[in-house]
Amino acid sequence: MSLVEIRGVTKTYRRGRERIEVLHGVDLDIPQGDFLALMGPSGSGKTTLLNLIGGLDTPTGGQIVVDGRRIDQLSSRELTAWRAAHVGFVFQFYNLMPVLSALRNVELPLLLTGLSAAERRRRAGIALTLVGLGDRARHKPRELSGGQEQRVAIARAIVSDPTLLICDEPTGDLDRATAAEILTLLQMLNREHRKTIVMVTHDPKAAEIARRRLLLDKGTLADGDGRP
Amino acid sequence: MPSGARGLSVRYLPLLWAGLFRKKTRSILTLLSVFVAFVLFGLLQAVTVAFESGADSADAKRLLTTARYSIIELLPLSHLRQIEQVPGVIRVAHAEWFGAKYQNESNAFPVFAVEPRRYLEMYPEFIIAADQREAFRRTRTGAVAGVRLVQRYGWKVGQKLPISSEIHAKADGRLSWEFDLVGTLDADDPATLANTDVVLINAAHFDEARLLGKGRTGWYIVRIDDSSRARAISAEIDRRFLNSPDETKTQPEKEFAVGFAKQIGDLGALVTRILAAVFFTILIMTGNTLAQSVRERIPELAILKTLGFSDGKVTGLVLAEALVLLALAGGLGMLVAAGMLPGLNHAIGSRFPPLHVTAGTWLGGAAIVVVLTLAVGLPPALRARRLRIVDALAGHR
Repeated sequence: MSLVEIRGVTKTYRRGRERIEVLHGVDLDIPQGDFLALMGPSGSGKTTLLNLIGGLDTPTGGQIVVDGRRIDQLSSRELTAWRAAHVGFVFQFYNLMPVLSALRNVELPLLLTGLSAAERRRRAGIALTLVGLGDRARHKPRELSGGQEQRVAIARAIVSDPTLLICDEPTGDLDRATAAEILTLLQMLNREHRKTIVMVTHDPKAAEIARRRLLLDKGTLADGDGRP
Repeated sequence: MPSGARGLSVRYLPLLWAGLFRKKTRSILTLLSVFVAFVLFGLLQAVTVAFESGADSADAKRLLTTARYSIIELLPLSHLRQIEQVPGVIRVAHAEWFGAKYQNESNAFPVFAVEPRRYLEMYPEFIIAADQREAFRRTRTGAVAGVRLVQRYGWKVGQKLPISSEIHAKADGRLSWEFDLVGTLDADDPATLANTDVVLINAAHFDEARLLGKGRTGWYIVRIDDSSRARAISAEIDRRFLNSPDETKTQPEKEFAVGFAKQIGDLGALVTRILAAVFFTILIMTGNTLAQSVRERIPELAILKTLGFSDGKVTGLVLAEALVLLALAGGLGMLVAAGMLPGLNHAIGSRFPPLHVTAGTWLGGAAIVVVLTLAVGLPPALRARRLRIVDALAGHR
């Protein structure tokens, strides 16, 4: 059984009086433990699809089932709670809180749980150690390199042990060597910790590390070789 | 606060604090301006309260009877018995303005010529030792003085008190009088303490020794049995002297005190206008600062929502930032104002009623903090609430 089942999903935006359909009836299954790379040109709808899978946005039509739950039918409040419990997010520009230390940044998702302060710190510490930054816990984002910031973002994404990791161009702002380190880290999370990862990338090298590659073009999915 | 809510607020405190001091200089300048506004609020309110202390310490069961057309006109002492006979009247005392100076022109304070027993029974809130009360009653040249006056001039009980009158000459035509200080007046309540900044002299001796105005007094103080009948009893007292050469005007003590204070000017209204201008400026400035701070953090707020912070939590965080900023600066401002007042009181001595920050002023300060929080915090908080994650992350604000 797939962890994520997408059936006939459409997404339409309004630009003034114009309606723009970004996704045209997308069907997609993502099994548990998959590492899927979504590729495609700019404006093809990759990020839109990623946002729908991560519960950051809702589809105009069709259905999205994650772990047996129809997330397209959830209210805004339910979707917020669902994201907190099931999804970890990694973005191109890290999106860390600049005023908080690495440890406090990683601790953020745990503030929404009933864990004690000590337990939150312990878990945040473990997540930082897992991404190789155990010794940088007290550093602020501006005191870290780009690669280190992205590692902190990954630690924040995994600290609450989510079912699904959503990565939007996670290496887009990094040099080749650092990007390789981040990709290796994601691969390790997928292989050793059985995290299901959906990653949007422009970079064919980055996509190579995934188990599966799909191409999204003008709102329609094709396989990695471009076959619809 | 319930322990769960306390735990929740402590949990978000680092996030709140970090957001508040994201731009340290800006936050500190805003804090300082709010702080100064509340110092001003604390001090000005203390002055207003001091001015209104006469009215605040007024007893609802006390009436003041003066001459109908002017308080400076004297009334015959024979009115006392007639007032006592009015139904509802329990007790009557009288007092007369002496117009005193001590040593030089600048040392002016109220001196009242009173009948000791009647007057002190009329004001049970004044604290005076039993032996001193008795000494005042027995000593025709006796005087009692408020503790703050005693401290200010270094007087000692038992000493002679040389006082000049601007109004009343003695039988020999001289304006200098001498009394024996036999006791001190004190009070527990700060508002009442202001009323003890007075010297009371024995009316019997004063009336006998003065050149003019014998057999007359300045005003009557009337204690009644039921405050709800104050108007009716006042009317009845005045009715008894209607069409006589000495018509009276009787009113509740509080009304008299308010009217007397307003002769100086409506200080309360003036202070309110000044503070309104100050807080309006603070409102604009703090509101702008907070709005700017939220604008700068749109992507961060979007991330919080992405991580699972609900619309309500994000709204609460922005509002809490405004509350912490205003409560911190406001609380410190009020504390500093309260801390400055003892020094100010010492400096001005007993020329003015004692200044103090009352519980009412603290409550007023808290209410201003809440109102300002809502006024400056709600617009950015609602903006944060309406924020769409996808748009914010894509840079469309």
